[in-house]
Amino acid sequence: MSARIQLPAEARRGEIIEVRVLIQHPMETGYRFNDSGTPIPRNVIHTILCAYNGTEVLRAEISSGIAANPYLQFFMVAESSGELLLTWIDDEGVRGTERQSLIVRE
Amino acid sequence: MKALILIALVFCAVPAAAQRRVIPPSDIKSGFEFLGPDLKKLQQDDFANPGTLWVDRGEKLWRAAAGGDGKSCADCHGDARTSMKGVAVSYPKIDERTGKLMSLEARILQSRVERQKAPPLARESEDLLALSAYITSLSRGLPMEANIDGPARRNFELGEAFFFRRRGQLNLACMHCHDANWGRTLFEERISQGHPNAWPAYRLDWQTMGSLERRLRACLSGVRAEILPYGSPEYTDLALYLSWRARGLPIESPGVRR
Repeated sequence: MSARIQLPAEARRGEIIEVRVLIQHPMETGYRFNDSGTPIPRNVIHTILCAYNGTEVLRAEISSGIAANPYLQFFMVAESSGELLLTWIDDEGVRGTERQSLIVRE
Repeated sequence: MKALILIALVFCAVPAAAQRRVIPPSDIKSGFEFLGPDLKKLQQDDFANPGTLWVDRGEKLWRAAAGGDGKSCADCHGDARTSMKGVAVSYPKIDERTGKLMSLEARILQSRVERQKAPPLARESEDLLALSAYITSLSRGLPMEANIDGPARRNFELGEAFFFRRRGQLNLACMHCHDANWGRTLFEERISQGHPNAWPAYRLDWQTMGSLERRLRACLSGVRAEILPYGSPEYTDLALYLSWRARGLPIESPGVRR
């Protein structure tokens, strides 16, 4: 499973920037059956966290209503240069991370 | 008498010609044109288009060693951005050594087993889709140009016959939707012309990436016909006919489809 984060390469201090996140995940609902009729166990991402320089900037609790390969878009204020850390956790306990850095100019 | 025969011939010829009616070149439209504005935007957005996740994975796999000799695709073919550019436009294609018509997926599997000495990838597996999506994406924007001369002619004719033959409980041929009724509404969707230029594509119905072959299987299921197993030559023959029919349309893979 992979993920990607899109941030502007640079921002001015105080600027509102758009953050886009795409995570590759099947988001298996638990309501489906395989070809031999046995139910496919539920496995969805339940928590998505974004922390900027250690400070939480977004926490999302999602469930089986979200389509496969979740896409999120949110805004934050650029205050200082640093790194955005994305973490997601699914029902199987798999934890994935992805990082992206941002340069903030005066 | 001569005139009568001529008239009779004309009347005989009309239904056959009508059945083989093809879309005039000026009306050829990619499946993209039949999408809503939201999906058009999604396909064109290289960040949000989920198909690009498979393309990225394919790029990594291209350089990853596999099999007994520990060779990667790149060890023989070099940088795919130059060596594989434009390769996808002419698939399916006759393999010179075996003389068989091969889809890009079949070609990747052949290389993997014979050159890399690696176990074959399963059809529709993430890795096979990733490689074919990556290679096809390197031809993005280039026009499709299937070669139907020489040994491919026979496959082309079989594919064409498949396209026009009625099948399934609904007793429909491909042409009944995609030649005769494209642009009209079926349930809540507009019927496309059935061109293969966006495949492998991310299909919302599947919530994942899939090959053209999987899409053709979905069509067979739609008309309640027998679904042929993966790798059946019928799919490749049909894909050759479809590629010829779509000649000139730019490759869009990874496309986004409903």
